[in-house]
Amino acid sequence: MGTITTNDLRNGTKLILDGEPCTVVDNQFVRPGKGQAFSKTKVLYLLTGRTVEKTFKSGESIETADVIDTEMEYIYNDGEFWYFMDANTFEQVQADGNAVGEAKNYLIEQDKCQVTLWNGSPISVTPPNFVVLEVTDTDPGLRGDTSSGGSKPATMHTGAVVKVPLFVNIGDKLKIDTRSGEYVSRA
Amino acid sequence: MSNWNPTASIETLKARAKIMARVREFFAERDILEVETPLLSRYGVTDRFMKSFKVNDYMGSEGYLQTSPEYAMKRLLAAGSGSIYQICKTFRQDEFGSRHNPEFTMLEWYVEGYDHHQLMTQVFDLMDTLSEKELTPVKLSYQEAFEQYLQIDPLTIENSKLSKLSHELLGELPEDLERDDYLALLFEDQIEPKLGLGQEVCFIHGYPASQAALAKLDPSDPRTACRFEVYWHGVELANGFYELTDPAEQYERFKKDNACRQQDGKPLMSIDSNFIVALEQGLPECSGVALGVDRLVMILLELPEIKDVLTFPSDRA
Repeated sequence: MGTITTNDLRNGTKLILDGEPCTVVDNQFVRPGKGQAFSKTKVLYLLTGRTVEKTFKSGESIETADVIDTEMEYIYNDGEFWYFMDANTFEQVQADGNAVGEAKNYLIEQDKCQVTLWNGSPISVTPPNFVVLEVTDTDPGLRGDTSSGGSKPATMHTGAVVKVPLFVNIGDKLKIDTRSGEYVSRA
Repeated sequence: MSNWNPTASIETLKARAKIMARVREFFAERDILEVETPLLSRYGVTDRFMKSFKVNDYMGSEGYLQTSPEYAMKRLLAAGSGSIYQICKTFRQDEFGSRHNPEFTMLEWYVEGYDHHQLMTQVFDLMDTLSEKELTPVKLSYQEAFEQYLQIDPLTIENSKLSKLSHELLGELPEDLERDDYLALLFEDQIEPKLGLGQEVCFIHGYPASQAALAKLDPSDPRTACRFEVYWHGVELANGFYELTDPAEQYERFKKDNACRQQDGKPLMSIDSNFIVALEQGLPECSGVALGVDRLVMILLELPEIKDVLTFPSDRA
């Protein structure tokens, strides 16, 4: 990939630092005390998820990363990899467990997900904000007082475990917020 | 997306015009003369970290947009102008951010017979005049500020300890930083945001001699220079000097700037001989200060970014 200088840094710029792709989440130009100028940044390392404060000398050149966010359709899982397809080109990519991460609990075939590709390979997957999942297991004995807002754990068909209201039964379809992992409503 | 429209509101522009009228009144009341000096000039600055915009065809040679009106204003002082002020545009390449624009408005003034402490008082008076709230001045030496907020003495701390502390507090830093870089970054990150909060205006004075720029060294402690900066709401607003009047020392500092430039692989800058000759003619004892007008308006109007007070910042100029 190419290089840029600190003058081109913007939030969202993708860089290679220590061999790892990163995205700039904050960038501030400073020239303290009449001395030299710096770019004070916060960068998110996309493979490890850590955020680091990093200062560059102004004008320094930095390697950019070929990282793109693209919408892809989830197709299937073969037990080792999760497969996604570009609906326009029908091109498929395979994502490993590290790339899919928590998203694996919310992947439903044919759902459109955001897949982040580094040099063409998936490094992270973001499912739709809301998905409908079916309850495969929850304790039916817990009925209790539904007005008090009590909750119990329920296992969904994707493997996600969600806190649900006491009235939920096996076989119910539920709307889940994938960002928080929380129950929203019955679907 | 079109960028035809201004980033400042019309309401802000009206408020800004009122502030500028009040500034001019302030100087008229004190018999300080308003002057204008060239924005485009034959010489740039030797300053190691300042980048002038170069103009290729100027009077048969090259010219530079001024990074500050300082040299021209000192030539006027040497010519007998008496105390003077100027409100003008200044230009610094590559300085762009939430508090920087490559073209910005400077209020610069010089008062004959004043030392930097007297000038700090006058800077405070101006801000107190412009602010609707009653303000309180707070004065801290550079050394006191570091002692108070970081428990270190910036004048004596060993380089290794300074570097270690910087890496602990500031995250990942470039290698090959110098002592003044560490001090500046620590100050910017750990001290500056805490200065001049609420109704206080903070004056930091007595900068290390290595950061003297065009200030006299303090005869009572030559490790420090008679230089001050003004902070309000955690923002650096102004920089002032008890002005160096010695032409030989000034010339040496410029030569040293160029030696550093050579070492950094930056272009060497011609020394402004008109300025040096003016110092030889005799610059009267005076103090001077340069205040960023855009930032001042930002704070007075409680706006978060410099673009909020500019008509067209450089990305839509």
